[in-house]
Amino acid sequence: MLYLGPNQQGDSTRAASSTDWQQYYQQQAAGAKHPLLQQFYGTGMVAAHTPISQVPLVAIDFETTGLSADNNGIVSIGLVPFNLHCIFSSKAQQWLLKPRFQLSDNSVTVHRITHSEVKSAPDLTAVLPELLPLLAGKVAVVHYRQIERDFLSASVKVRLGESILFPVIDTLELEARLYRTKPLSWWDKIRKRQQVSIRLDASRNRYNLPPYRPHHAVTDAIASAELLQAQICHRFSPDTPVSELWC
Amino acid sequence: MEIEQIEILEFLKRHSPFQELPADQIQQVALSIDIGYFKAGSDILRFNEPLHALHLVRSGAVETFRRNGDLYNRLSEGGIFAEQGLLRGGKVRFPATALEDTLIYFIPDNVFQQLFDENEFFADYVQVGDSERRKTSKASSQARADLLGATVGTLLSREPVSIGSDANVWQAAQLMTEQSVSSLLILDKEQHLTGIITDKDIRARLVAPGLKSETPVTDIMSANPVTIEQQQYIFEAMMLMLRHNLHHLPVVKQQKAVGVIAISDIIRFESQNSLYVVSRIFRKQTIAELQLLVPDVHACFVRMVNEDANSQMIGSAMAAIGRSFKQRLLELAEAQLGPPPVPYCFLALGSMARDEQLVLTDQDNALVLDNRYDPAEHDSYFEKLARFVSDGLAACGYTYCTGKVMATNKEWRQPLKVWQQYFQSWIEQPTAERLLQSSIFFDIDGVWGQTQWAEQLQRLVSNLARKKTLFLASMARNALNRTPPLGFFKDFVMEQDGKQNNSLNIKRRGTAPFVDLIRVHALAIGSTESNSYSRLQDITAAEIMPKGRAEDLRDAFEVIAMTRIRHQAAALRQGTEPDNNVLPEQLSEFERKHLKEAFQVLSNAQKFMKFHLKA
Repeated sequence: MLYLGPNQQGDSTRAASSTDWQQYYQQQAAGAKHPLLQQFYGTGMVAAHTPISQVPLVAIDFETTGLSADNNGIVSIGLVPFNLHCIFSSKAQQWLLKPRFQLSDNSVTVHRITHSEVKSAPDLTAVLPELLPLLAGKVAVVHYRQIERDFLSASVKVRLGESILFPVIDTLELEARLYRTKPLSWWDKIRKRQQVSIRLDASRNRYNLPPYRPHHAVTDAIASAELLQAQICHRFSPDTPVSELWC
Repeated sequence: MEIEQIEILEFLKRHSPFQELPADQIQQVALSIDIGYFKAGSDILRFNEPLHALHLVRSGAVETFRRNGDLYNRLSEGGIFAEQGLLRGGKVRFPATALEDTLIYFIPDNVFQQLFDENEFFADYVQVGDSERRKTSKASSQARADLLGATVGTLLSREPVSIGSDANVWQAAQLMTEQSVSSLLILDKEQHLTGIITDKDIRARLVAPGLKSETPVTDIMSANPVTIEQQQYIFEAMMLMLRHNLHHLPVVKQQKAVGVIAISDIIRFESQNSLYVVSRIFRKQTIAELQLLVPDVHACFVRMVNEDANSQMIGSAMAAIGRSFKQRLLELAEAQLGPPPVPYCFLALGSMARDEQLVLTDQDNALVLDNRYDPAEHDSYFEKLARFVSDGLAACGYTYCTGKVMATNKEWRQPLKVWQQYFQSWIEQPTAERLLQSSIFFDIDGVWGQTQWAEQLQRLVSNLARKKTLFLASMARNALNRTPPLGFFKDFVMEQDGKQNNSLNIKRRGTAPFVDLIRVHALAIGSTESNSYSRLQDITAAEIMPKGRAEDLRDAFEVIAMTRIRHQAAALRQGTEPDNNVLPEQLSEFERKHLKEAFQVLSNAQKFMKFHLKA
């Protein structure tokens, strides 16, 4: 997952969305012009009431050159398909990409992908025909959706002329539902009480998941997948409709 | 692009049997793994379900069960399970449940089968290593239901039956009959335990001498009985009963009696029969009869090894048996020679005194005589007594001591004051050569007679030795004479100087230098313990070593001691003469690896001692 810097996440407390994604995919399949997107939407999406145990999931993580999708690019993508029973890490995929924006030295120190490695990597355009079919028909799982959704949407728009939108389950948002329901009171602030961290490693720790070295796209994708399995085990049920989780 | 599973790979590299795989194979395993999360309390595997993967615990804890619901194994990080099911038909044999929130790595059946077929170490580990791994993983878990871990409290099934100290034997017998118990605790007015009476006491101390049944219970009770704390381990209770030859042991909790355990409770709980052997020793009437028990002693040793007892339990059980042989032989000797002309104490030295005896052992013993001892008048008696015991022990498998450290040797058959002078002279005018012969005298235990003299000598040593740098340096120098080998390879032993040998004397190169090293440190801090593990506890408490070092020593000592014990048990099972010569090719890769590490710990500890005691 992308390095957010201290205390940058926090106010994304929006509840699960009421978007009818099945209907949206049907509309887009008819309206999209690029064949890759027609195909992507044509695969369809599960109905909102589908129990989470029946939903094919795919955890994704991007490493990027910076925080904002407007002037930064994707350096690597990690992806792992899974469901409630099994994380298919043996089928994980990873791509190293050449971003159209400069790789800052700061981001190099974060995800340890160097200028020379990136130089020989392909552009996202070359990877999309592989990537999009792996996302099609599945609900994406991320930790902090702004990154993956915004970056993919912006990058695809630049390359295919149309943007892409899909449902995501955000494991950070699921934690925020517990720990960001109300802001700290003045009394808490006076007592210098810290908010409970909802970062990936801190959240994982609450479910007794082991610490992983962060900022490696596949590892972070697996880490989010494990976190979602744990969240469902402890707080939801296999029968929870996907609409209560996605947004 | 080529995918990297950094976390999975790093994890495999930290755990057997994966870390031993060649680099390309371990990489292949890492790429084949899928993952699942299981909340604490949830089922991971159900009996007879189809099974598709070897399960590896990434984090958390898992319990597996037998079909009857008994706990089969408890696993933590790095533990593997479901291998039996994969090897036998692909169905779950031992159901598994997550004890804590758990993350499992699934290694697909085809990858597992391939590793099993192609990699000998992997196959050995999965198959043969099972009981070994169970033991090590169990050792780290908290609650255990076996002999090693169960506490005395678990044997208690009823409240203790007791009577006031003002009662008479008739009332006591009525109560015992009513409650159908074979022992009764005697409590004073403050409800404190003051004694115990048993069926046998009523028979032997009341009926046989012809006393009236109105006799107060206090007249026939065993006053101030030996007790055990509720939270102590069953094996400690067993050792206590062996040592004092007791059949009933009151159990106390914060000085209040909470129950009684009988030998039958332990026997029912634990099938091994060192207790039987001891009780039979005391029923034998001649040396020839005692000799007939030797196969039983060996069987008992093998059984304890089979049942995964640790070296401490085996060593103390065997020492208890050896001690009982000595005690019975002395009883028989006194019956034959008449009562001793002056009081005496029969000493056990060396491994028996340390509670670290095995099946292959010398008899090391000595006699401490009363200070009124007059050689001209009394020595013929004690000479005959010593001869009787020594010959008897030799007949029962305890060979004569090659160093002549036996009570048959006049030098080691002396009054207490001479013994005190011996120790003073060893400690105050030490030379390495003199001490080489006498280090065995620093492990002493009184087995018969005036056993308090043994304790007196121990206290003398602990008071004198502590500050004597020259003495300690000489002892340390001797302890450094024997060094461990550098390591082990498939079929040879690598020496420190690069030389290769085919076999290794595990006693001379392993347990003995370890015992020597621990003894020197124990003397340096004034410890009065004899057992190496107890000495290590004192050494830990004295904080003379860097933190954690004494614990490392204990673990390494256990590894070496168990290798020696298993080697001897294997010989007994095959019907051959047990010895101390271990052939590296007879060890598994797993054992070789641990042994190598244990020797490294010993070697480092020797270097530390050399520096610390200026040897």
